[in-house]
Amino acid sequence: MIEFSGLTKSFGGREVLRGVDLCVSPGRVTAVVGSNGAGKTTLIKCLVGLVRPDGGEMRIDGVRLGDDPAYRAAIGYSSQMSRFPEHLTAREVTRILLDLRGESAVIDWELFERLALAPHLDTRVRALSGGTRQKLAVALAFLFAPRVLVLDEPSAGLDPMANAVLKDKILSERGKGATVLVTSHVMSELDELADDVVFLRAGRVGYVGSAQKLRVFTGQPHLERAIASMMTRDVICA
Amino acid sequence: MRIAWKIAAFQLLDVLRSRWLFGYAISFLLATELLLRFGGDATRALVSLTSIVLFIVPLAAIVFATIYVHRAREFIELLLAQPVGRGAMFAGTYGAMAVSLSAGVVLGVGLPFAVRGGAGVAGAAAVLVGAGVALTLVFAGMGVALALRTDDRLRAFGIALGVWAGAALAYDAVLLVLATAMAGAPLEHPLLVATLANPIDLARVVMLMHLDISALMGYTGASFTRLFAAPTGTAIAAASLAAWAAGPALLGARLFRRKDF
Repeated sequence: MIEFSGLTKSFGGREVLRGVDLCVSPGRVTAVVGSNGAGKTTLIKCLVGLVRPDGGEMRIDGVRLGDDPAYRAAIGYSSQMSRFPEHLTAREVTRILLDLRGESAVIDWELFERLALAPHLDTRVRALSGGTRQKLAVALAFLFAPRVLVLDEPSAGLDPMANAVLKDKILSERGKGATVLVTSHVMSELDELADDVVFLRAGRVGYVGSAQKLRVFTGQPHLERAIASMMTRDVICA
Repeated sequence: MRIAWKIAAFQLLDVLRSRWLFGYAISFLLATELLLRFGGDATRALVSLTSIVLFIVPLAAIVFATIYVHRAREFIELLLAQPVGRGAMFAGTYGAMAVSLSAGVVLGVGLPFAVRGGAGVAGAAAVLVGAGVALTLVFAGMGVALALRTDDRLRAFGIALGVWAGAALAYDAVLLVLATAMAGAPLEHPLLVATLANPIDLARVVMLMHLDISALMGYTGASFTRLFAAPTGTAIAAASLAAWAAGPALLGARLFRRKDF
């Protein structure tokens, strides 16, 4: 269970998160959606320690997140833009993370195998295609069998086959009890994956609940239209 | 510390494989070798080399550091999303950059002198290499701090060039103009402070005190030498240079700890 309470964050006087209160359940895929600048990436970055909130608190399984980075051993993260050192090989990039996590880390190579990354492991990053780099980024997020998966636009740049593999893996991790937070601009993708939806609007939670209830509430059969409908409403449920 | 070493080792590998750094070291190596072969005696070669080091090292360090941090930003984000402290992450990144850039100076400038057994100016050559390393640390630290403070890549690059041009080109000229305009006023102490305020001037003073040559002193350096006998002056200048080397790195570490990525 991930809990955000009263989370606030401003950048240069612009309030991006305005008191986010939210619980994300384990064993479910939660889609974080909203228009551009609604605070999705900032919320996610707060959770993984890349952005320091101005106020409020976050908890994972009841443990308050502070300055100690140890809690991030439970998190697998894939960012919106993946870039690795160009002169290192994919194997070396992977090795860094393995070294940082230490010998006690549980390793899950499944996605490396299913995304057919093995032939590329000894290629320098600069020689990898954009799609292969993205496959590597996504595979790294799953490498340590994390309890919490935070995926920011994970399918951007992936071919259809890799995308299908990724979706299968997300659903499989959900089945094992992982908490999955995912953002995407491809709503059809979220339609397939999301159990719950968090709709952010101008830094506040506009809706949090099951994707199915959202469809019913808005009277729209597809998530894309349901969310578009939420964006145009003045009064929104929470 | 163990984590910082691990991060530094991989970042160092990445930097060392880049052709840019290889070219940097080779350029110094060629310049030093050519000057020692065709530049007259070793002292004259060293004077010429001093000018090159004081001009090129700050430029290369600040530009490289600024670009490197910006290019590595997404990877830094990935590493910071691991159970890694920001202090270790900064130490590893800055350390790898400082070591690799310094190695370029040490090998490029130091190696030809070492091969010749010091070429009769071993002490001064060692001081030049030391000054080059100190300037590397100062300007690499500035570049890192600048890249962390300025998210816009082009703007950061422009400011980096501006800082270098200010310290390497404009500083002495501005002081000379001011001193000329204020002719007759007791300016020695203000000029001493002015020397301490510019790491390139400081490095120049340290170097030239070992060469006993006034041609490259610059206005502030000449004033500095007048005020201090060589051992005291060297100690003060070296201590100030060390403080300059630490300052930007500490500022960078502070910015890194507070940075929202």
